[in-house]
Amino acid sequence: MAKTSQAAKPLPKFEDHSKQETKYTTCYMCACRCGIKVTIEDNKVRFIQGNRDHPINQGVLCAKGNAGIMKQQSPAKLRKPLLRKQNAERGKAEFEEISWDKALDILTERLQNIRDTDPKKLAYFTGRDQMQALTGLWASQFGTINWAAHGGFCSVNMAAGGLYTMGHAFWEFGDPDWDRTKYFMMWGVAEDHSSNPIKIGIEKLKRNGGKFVAVNPVRTGYQAVADEWVGIRPGTDAMLALSMIHVLLQNEQFDWEFLIRYTNAPYLVVNTPGQKGDGLILRDEDGKPLAWDLEKEDFVDATQVDIKPALFWEGQAADGRPVRTSMSILAEKYLDSEYSPENAEKVCGVPAEQIERLALEMAHVAFKETITVDVEWTDWAGRKHDKFIGRPVSMHAMRGISAHSNGFQTCRALHFLQILLGTVDVPGGHLAKAPYPKHIPPGIKPAKDCAPNTPLSSPPLGFPTCPEDLVINEDGSPKRIDKAYSWDAPVSSHGMMHMVITNAWKGDPYPIDTLMMFMANMSWNSTMNTAEVMKMLADKDENGEYKIPFLVIADAFHSEIVNYADLVLPDTTYLERFDTVSMLDRPISEPHAACDSIRHAVLTPDRDVRSWQEVQVELAKRLKFPAFTKEDGTPKFQDYKDFIVNFEKAPGIGFLAGWRGKDGKSHLRGEPNPNQWEAYIENGAFFKYDLPENMHFYRFANKDYLEMAKEVGWNGSTDQIVIELYSETMQRFRLAGQGLYDGPMPTKEEHKERLKTYFDPLPFHYTPLEEQRINSEEYPFHAVNQRPMYMYHSWDSQNAWLRQITAQNYLFMNRQKGEEMGIEDKSWVWVESHNGRIRVQVKLMEGVEPNTVWTWNAIGKQSGAWGLKPDADESQKGFLMNHLISELLPAKNGEMEITNSDPITGQAAWYDLKVKIYPAHEGEEGSFPEFETIKPLPNATKPDHVQEHKGQEVGRYQSHDAVNLKRPLGDILTRGKK
Amino acid sequence: MKLGLVIDLDVCVGCHACAVACKQWNTSGTTGALSDYEPYGKQPSGVWFNRVRNFEVGDYPNNKTINFPMSCMHCEDAACVTVCPTGASYKREEDGVVLVDQDKCMGCNYCSWACPYGARELDKVSGTMKKCTLCIDRIYDQELAPEDRQPSCVITCPAHARHFGDFEDPNSNVSTLVRERGGRALMPELGYNPTNKYLPPRVARPVPTDDVKMDLVSKVKNWVNKAISK
Repeated sequence: MAKTSQAAKPLPKFEDHSKQETKYTTCYMCACRCGIKVTIEDNKVRFIQGNRDHPINQGVLCAKGNAGIMKQQSPAKLRKPLLRKQNAERGKAEFEEISWDKALDILTERLQNIRDTDPKKLAYFTGRDQMQALTGLWASQFGTINWAAHGGFCSVNMAAGGLYTMGHAFWEFGDPDWDRTKYFMMWGVAEDHSSNPIKIGIEKLKRNGGKFVAVNPVRTGYQAVADEWVGIRPGTDAMLALSMIHVLLQNEQFDWEFLIRYTNAPYLVVNTPGQKGDGLILRDEDGKPLAWDLEKEDFVDATQVDIKPALFWEGQAADGRPVRTSMSILAEKYLDSEYSPENAEKVCGVPAEQIERLALEMAHVAFKETITVDVEWTDWAGRKHDKFIGRPVSMHAMRGISAHSNGFQTCRALHFLQILLGTVDVPGGHLAKAPYPKHIPPGIKPAKDCAPNTPLSSPPLGFPTCPEDLVINEDGSPKRIDKAYSWDAPVSSHGMMHMVITNAWKGDPYPIDTLMMFMANMSWNSTMNTAEVMKMLADKDENGEYKIPFLVIADAFHSEIVNYADLVLPDTTYLERFDTVSMLDRPISEPHAACDSIRHAVLTPDRDVRSWQEVQVELAKRLKFPAFTKEDGTPKFQDYKDFIVNFEKAPGIGFLAGWRGKDGKSHLRGEPNPNQWEAYIENGAFFKYDLPENMHFYRFANKDYLEMAKEVGWNGSTDQIVIELYSETMQRFRLAGQGLYDGPMPTKEEHKERLKTYFDPLPFHYTPLEEQRINSEEYPFHAVNQRPMYMYHSWDSQNAWLRQITAQNYLFMNRQKGEEMGIEDKSWVWVESHNGRIRVQVKLMEGVEPNTVWTWNAIGKQSGAWGLKPDADESQKGFLMNHLISELLPAKNGEMEITNSDPITGQAAWYDLKVKIYPAHEGEEGSFPEFETIKPLPNATKPDHVQEHKGQEVGRYQSHDAVNLKRPLGDILTRGKK
Repeated sequence: MKLGLVIDLDVCVGCHACAVACKQWNTSGTTGALSDYEPYGKQPSGVWFNRVRNFEVGDYPNNKTINFPMSCMHCEDAACVTVCPTGASYKREEDGVVLVDQDKCMGCNYCSWACPYGARELDKVSGTMKKCTLCIDRIYDQELAPEDRQPSCVITCPAHARHFGDFEDPNSNVSTLVRERGGRALMPELGYNPTNKYLPPRVARPVPTDDVKMDLVSKVKNWVNKAISK
């Protein structure tokens, strides 16, 4: 800071702080959920800055967070509930404004009728919200299994890949140990995810002299500052990771102790191909897994303490069946020349020399630069250790891994690298964040059945471990509208939101009555096959009835989907609402602290809107959900705030973990505290429970941690969490595909093939599914999307400040490739896939792998949406790649019609897209396809900071009049010369 | 004092947080409001004091992407001040901050033509030239917490790529960084003596691999088990 006392001339009072108030709350410009300090004067925002005490952002704030004022000023804010006019066609934006009472009456009547008869006829899907604990509870209480959030088209592969392997995962479930790591490898991370913590972390790593390697087909964003860029071909990351494992195995660079103590590598696996039970873990009579003890020279319960299990062993079980250790299978598989760097080079486009060197560099850092943290801790078996051993290699991965149909196995392959190097939850490695790690997988099973006026018996989403857990009918047909947990995608743990509209439109597996969506732009950038989905939303049957009879949209802004609503429920902005970022949900914990946070209304809305949180609770009251209703039939909770304070999931466990107990002195678990909101507000809107030092690492096998995790309800047991290299879950499904399972098995050939091929208990590389069904010579380019850092994971590409940075997206392609093809910089080209074509403007660049083209996603807008003028660049020159991506795999050669998703998890395979590119004819300019301009909503108003100036619209926002600093007279006279 | 910024190009990821934080603070700051033209229309643009450029160096595959934030360099020999016909542009004696007195500026644009760094912009509504004030309305504000008495771009930078301080003090954070990391001025050959400095990308340490190369194993049977207690 400047040495203030030395300022020679007194300065004017620029800010009248007596008229200002500062309030702490939580940002929502993206899903990062940073703490913010908001300065307000006159119910207007003066300044939003990062909260220095906040665990997530530690005072810093990204471009989106800094543009919050323009979100608040947006002309796209919805102002009042809207009802489609009686004789107006859906999709024509003919709305009348109605009162909240009327809106809620209409909705309650409709929902009550569904709940009384057939609750699954309500499909309730939510977008990028952070209140899945509440919306999921609401759906469970309503009694519909047709609920999910957006994870199925976002990153379920990352969550499932981690949770089915090591009990935590990337991003919200784990982070690199930024303070100690010396080598950081980042895979398929676009410009963000998460926003500020990665930027803080990368700077720390580089300051500490660590190396940063970025694996990504595109060199922008984080890749720009990487010490080494690996420009990989999209969809081939598993091959790269497994080839590095090949190198590690060849050079015997893996952590023997870690594998034996903490993973199922020594477990024995039955090796009887073609017979029932093949590939399952050898177990004793009590179901305990067996290992071969090197000293006893006998089979032992592998979960016991102080055994000496063989990591490599092959022999016969007592009953004569051949068995071998998981590690033996693993090593044999990856030592195969298929995974040699030379072969991987052909698949990934990464030089063999580089693959080998990177693998060995990580081995060097893990094993020759080992670190220790001298803290006494107790392992799961009660043995004391005087230090934590750390292997300072860390990783992060995101959408570039998850958004492929091979993403689950790819994500597992990355975790395998981490595990073989012994870097999981160790100092310098990849650390879990509370309430993770969980047992593998978490012990929640998806609900299967609905009944009138009856809550579900378990949550709608969970983690299957065998075919019995699928949500299917006797004949194997799906029970859910999105076909999650069916043979199409058995482990679809986040649902499959991207299939809902298509399936509901087709009535496959059955027609629904009402589709209710919150914060999900499913007629535009959040859907595949956009143009067709728009038609489906407004399509009618032979009787003239809409195929999707009733569409309810809750949103704060005039997004494209609002246009298709029958009923619009306007939400508040993040500065106008009460909200929780709960540990029951997607928490904001840090590796060494359990955290949650709140939002509270720091501004008063200037329009007739209600937060969706509040509306949920109100509907629950009206529909008399058991969890929201007293025995005498009166509501249990007055409103959302009351619900948050008093609802208990289990005794003492609620949405907020801090300041519980009547006196507010209990943390993590305790009785409801009537003053809990006040406590949060007083403490900067977040709660941070620092874990004691002995619980910082090895938490999968850390006695004190495991006991605490059970005590506070994070885990159901104190058993050691055994990392699953070998996945018996996968093998059970594979056996079902092979016809060798005692339980449900698929009947369709294609399903059997998918199970046999993809449900490998050990990760492998396979060509993404779309590519398998098209001719790659016809469609030679991979086409992928990312969002720029200043818009990532946000709803703000219409933001008046941020759109000045980017209002038009281009198709970026490798310069040399473009020149070879006669494509000039800034020229217009056609991009064509098996599903359609779009016309876009090209920019040539160096930093993209030659077989890949890419663009900024969600810049393109439908004309008239988001409060933008009809001729805004976003609609005239911007474009969506979504038109090219089908929600179904191509089936031109008579293949089965099936979702364009990961065959294991149902993750939408956005990045599998392959295209061809050719120049547009002269005069063919502007983006294609074009859509009609959406009409403005009733009473749409211009923001108060916008004025006309010489025929132009000008925004001039300020929270107070400027105080000019005058140049002193003496300075003018001397022209600044002393 | 000689106040200015150090910008670390080794960690700048081009996120634009600094640019938007600047816009946010200064639109209600001493030279606000900062106009936005066609904020919801075609070709939106506006007055910004800080813009992040990015460019590529070298041809694929030996290419590198550079993110390069640019704002007023608060030059010691500021041409923008020299050319100002009204005396509106000046460099403060006490701290070297280059400012435009909004009451004296007539928006003639001379200063923007004289500035090789593109630091000055005309606000078409106020008819005056505007530029980075180094958050003069923050850095001396005694009512702000001491750690907040810094330019908004510095406090917000998620990569901690921006540093504010006194270059006249050889022991200040900025002087130390420039000394230790080889900080340099942009286009010094023009002779304006920019105060702001940029830190070049670091060269990563080589990671040895010889000590982890072993006789290559090609079959599972080649391993001899180690007896390790679970």
